[in-house]
Amino acid sequence: MIEIKSVSKWYGEFQVLTDCTTTVQKSEVVVVCGPSGSGKSTLIKCVNGLEPFQSGEIIVKGTSVGDPKTNLSKLRSHVGMVFQNFELFPHMTIIDNLTIAQEKVLGRNKEEARDKGMKFLDRVGLKIQAPKHPGQLSGGQQQRVAIARALCMDPICMLFDEPTSALDPEMINEVLDVMVELAKEGMTMMCVTHEMGFARKVANRVIFMDHGLIVEDATKDDFFGTPRSDRAQQFLAKILQH
Amino acid sequence: MSYNWNWGVFLQPSASGDDTYLGWLFTGLKWTISLSLSAWVIALIVGSIIGVLRTVPNRWLSGFATGYVELFRNIPLLVQLFIWYFVLPELLPADLGNAFKQSNPLWQQFFCAMLCLGLFTSARVAEQVRSGIESLPKGQKNAGLAMGFTLPQVYRHVLMPMAYRIIMPPLTSEFLNIFKNSAVATTIGLIELSRQAQQLVDYTAQPYEAFIAVTVMYLLINVTVMFLMRRLEEKVRVPGFVGGK
Repeated sequence: MIEIKSVSKWYGEFQVLTDCTTTVQKSEVVVVCGPSGSGKSTLIKCVNGLEPFQSGEIIVKGTSVGDPKTNLSKLRSHVGMVFQNFELFPHMTIIDNLTIAQEKVLGRNKEEARDKGMKFLDRVGLKIQAPKHPGQLSGGQQQRVAIARALCMDPICMLFDEPTSALDPEMINEVLDVMVELAKEGMTMMCVTHEMGFARKVANRVIFMDHGLIVEDATKDDFFGTPRSDRAQQFLAKILQH
Repeated sequence: MSYNWNWGVFLQPSASGDDTYLGWLFTGLKWTISLSLSAWVIALIVGSIIGVLRTVPNRWLSGFATGYVELFRNIPLLVQLFIWYFVLPELLPADLGNAFKQSNPLWQQFFCAMLCLGLFTSARVAEQVRSGIESLPKGQKNAGLAMGFTLPQVYRHVLMPMAYRIIMPPLTSEFLNIFKNSAVATTIGLIELSRQAQQLVDYTAQPYEAFIAVTVMYLLINVTVMFLMRRLEEKVRVPGFVGGK
């Protein structure tokens, strides 16, 4: 589904990604973790072309992301993305947040878009919030809406960029629950997250990054059982301490 | 100081015979309002386009917009007006220039003043629009793009609706400025409000009454504008949204 082949990226002189290679199979859940500044968010943003990269290739379901001839808008319309800061559109009601891209990008009619929006709002347990504005919802609720918004586009895969990092601790679980459910339904997912509990529960593979390099790319059991690199061992020891 | 106050002067028949002096002031008021409103339309449209161009990821377009803003912002308004009125008609192709000079002088003055005020203010509006867009979290643009919107769609549906809301207060003061700045049109002879006040002084020798009256008229215009803009601000307020980031 997603093939990342020797991707490198520089900000001027500074190299943020070095020769990153990995793949995400259909229905696979891949968790990307690593210390901050390791390039994991940058890598995931390269997948839907939000960040350009200077060398290498990324192919999403047969379409090359880096190819200047690729219609990036079209590609992005069926790659769902969820951001750290939710990024709902504050001036629209919740339901409008869910329908606008369906109408303007996919060309669905109002009714169809609304039905679909309500269906996914119901799935994340927020149907009654439909007429409210994002500013009136809690962080956890906003992030669930953001997930529903992405799902409305019938995505072929979902990218999560630290979806729970901006949340108060008591709201993290409500978002993770939605993600776990998605994973169990067979959604292809690439998640940048520090939630190792989530990784243990649903990930097929875990990628560990440091200084722009993919240091480990292992199955979940291997990663938590016997991480090969010292750096990954240190990282795990630190975040699993408490 | 001996000064003969005479508020009755406004009801006297004017020197032109077919009107009262109050009528003169109302004619001036009419021109001030039509000049300012039409210039404001130009300022909003051109300013929005230039403001957006300043933020797009294209060096040529944003460079052009920056040049535009610096040009119109850094030349005194009065100099710009003289350039539009006295210099530009000479630079037009002869036919067009002559046609312009033979048209009704009132419309020549109005047209030049409108363009001048509109474009001068557009540079200031552009700066407000740019700062409004830049004050939005960068993730908003990414979120729009990630959903498959094209860049113009992101501006149209995601960025601009919030940017305009955020810059409503500074836009209000630009709107007020345009009414005040419209008084420069008096220098090329347009019979707007402050011109009529001067005329009244010339004909009646009652400067205090004349200038108190136009002061009140300018005040009334701006109080009305402030009131309407505040109503608009309340109307488009986003529930639960607290300021920009």
